[in-house]
Amino acid sequence: MIVAEQKPLKEIQSLVGEAQTVLIVGCGTCVTVCFAGGEKEAGILGSLLRMSARMEGHEKSIGEVTVQRQCEWEYLDAIGDRIAEADIVLSLGCGVGVQALAERYPDAIVIPGLDTKFMGLPLEQGVWAERCAACGQCILGLTGGICPIARCSKQLLNGPCGGSSKGKCEVNPEIECAWQLIYDKLNAQGRLDLIMEITPPKDWRTGRDGGPRKIVRQDLRLVVTEEA
Amino acid sequence: MSELNGYKSGSNLEKVLRAGHFAVTAELGPPKNADGEVVRKKAGILKGFVDAANITDNQTAIVRMSSIGAGVIAFQSGLEPVMQMTCRDRNRLGMQSDLLGGYALGMRNILCLSGDHQTFGNHPQSKNVHDIDSLQLVQMVVGLRDKASLQCGEEIKGLNPRFFVGAAENPFGDPFDWRPYRLGKKAKAGADFIQTQLIYNVPRFREFMKRVVDLGVHKQVYILAGVGPLKTPGAARYMRDQVPGMDVPDEIVARMEAAGKGIEDRKQKAAAFKEEGLRICVELIQQMREIEGIAGVHIMAIEWEEAVPIIMERAGLLPRPVP
Repeated sequence: MIVAEQKPLKEIQSLVGEAQTVLIVGCGTCVTVCFAGGEKEAGILGSLLRMSARMEGHEKSIGEVTVQRQCEWEYLDAIGDRIAEADIVLSLGCGVGVQALAERYPDAIVIPGLDTKFMGLPLEQGVWAERCAACGQCILGLTGGICPIARCSKQLLNGPCGGSSKGKCEVNPEIECAWQLIYDKLNAQGRLDLIMEITPPKDWRTGRDGGPRKIVRQDLRLVVTEEA
Repeated sequence: MSELNGYKSGSNLEKVLRAGHFAVTAELGPPKNADGEVVRKKAGILKGFVDAANITDNQTAIVRMSSIGAGVIAFQSGLEPVMQMTCRDRNRLGMQSDLLGGYALGMRNILCLSGDHQTFGNHPQSKNVHDIDSLQLVQMVVGLRDKASLQCGEEIKGLNPRFFVGAAENPFGDPFDWRPYRLGKKAKAGADFIQTQLIYNVPRFREFMKRVVDLGVHKQVYILAGVGPLKTPGAARYMRDQVPGMDVPDEIVARMEAAGKGIEDRKQKAAAFKEEGLRICVELIQQMREIEGIAGVHIMAIEWEEAVPIIMERAGLLPRPVP
């Protein structure tokens, strides 16, 4: 899932500024599961903003609505009227959700209420960790299902570096050394041959380094271009 | 290759190692400013006492004069530089252009490193690169030399850079069992020499080297064991407790502590610590010479270049060979 965290209230208030009518838009997918921007969080944030506005002596009209998936335009159509009434739209979606809103409603002023952190999973209640960096060409088949791009601090393809110590990364003892994990897994499975050979430099074009990415699936398109 | 008389690079370090001498390299840390005089002074201290000196590349992720810039000054001062290059600060374009430029300016040795993570240094907010890793950097520099081709496969028309290519290895990094194989991978990538992390735990290093020898890696690459004089017991404790991947046995720390016992005068105490540090370093060098597969030592006297001539003299490693 996409894991996000709510911005500090002060930052959100400064983004909201003088706007009188604020619509908070939660999202029912990833950010609900990671307790950052679902219906519940939208409600709590709405109450906080109302209270603090009242304490500062001005009245704001703050509404909340949560859509099932903020990152798809079709789920945003139903809230068009509420958006039209708002001075500002405070999205509690991930960075994709914020932009989907802004694209679907070009006249609306859309601001983010979350900081989108990473693609990861919950390790336990309240703890999430990064697992995928969306590099565009998956190498997990060679590394025992542990990603060195997302999980090695230096993105080494032929690790570990000299800073690996007792299973931990030199950057921070909270970080597990991805290459220790890779070694342990492959060793246990009798597949160390996978990392005996030198892995060549990665072609980063499939990642963000090739420019913003797009996928076109002609087999799925409703309007097929003639060139295709 | 004919003009190099069969040498890969023709560097002094390569010649010394090829002739079978016990090689010695040292480290020269460039200043955190633009003063070339600092480099000239340090080079003057080391010149004639070692076969080559590593010029660090923003070591511990702290901005310093570039390895190439300081390396040229060292070269002009009569000290052969080993240009260091980390994968942290440049992508493959920047690296290769610096390799071409460095070679044109007289660099003949290179040490390929991953680089300390930038969070340790003075610009923790920076973006790191890690386009390629240190093994891939070794392959790239070897490709420039042996295939006369850039990393992308494009042929180099005209003079191609011919470096004597080094890499680092930390025998005490984890997983311990994997380290000899990783060293083997560096040899397979085409590394000519290896400089190890600082060694204080000799029994453990012997164990590592035994595996390296069993794998035959010592026949593919010259291995220079990393040694260095400790200045204070505090430095020893810091390395033991705080530096990831360092292994400083308690007995070394205890020796450093004992050296200052009963000395009241601060200056005398500091001198006693330094003396013990030098003594331990000389002993380590003697022990390294006994280990099969060790072709030399790399003396890391960080911000204490003056220690190197003393260590060399006491270790009986002078005069240096002129191959």
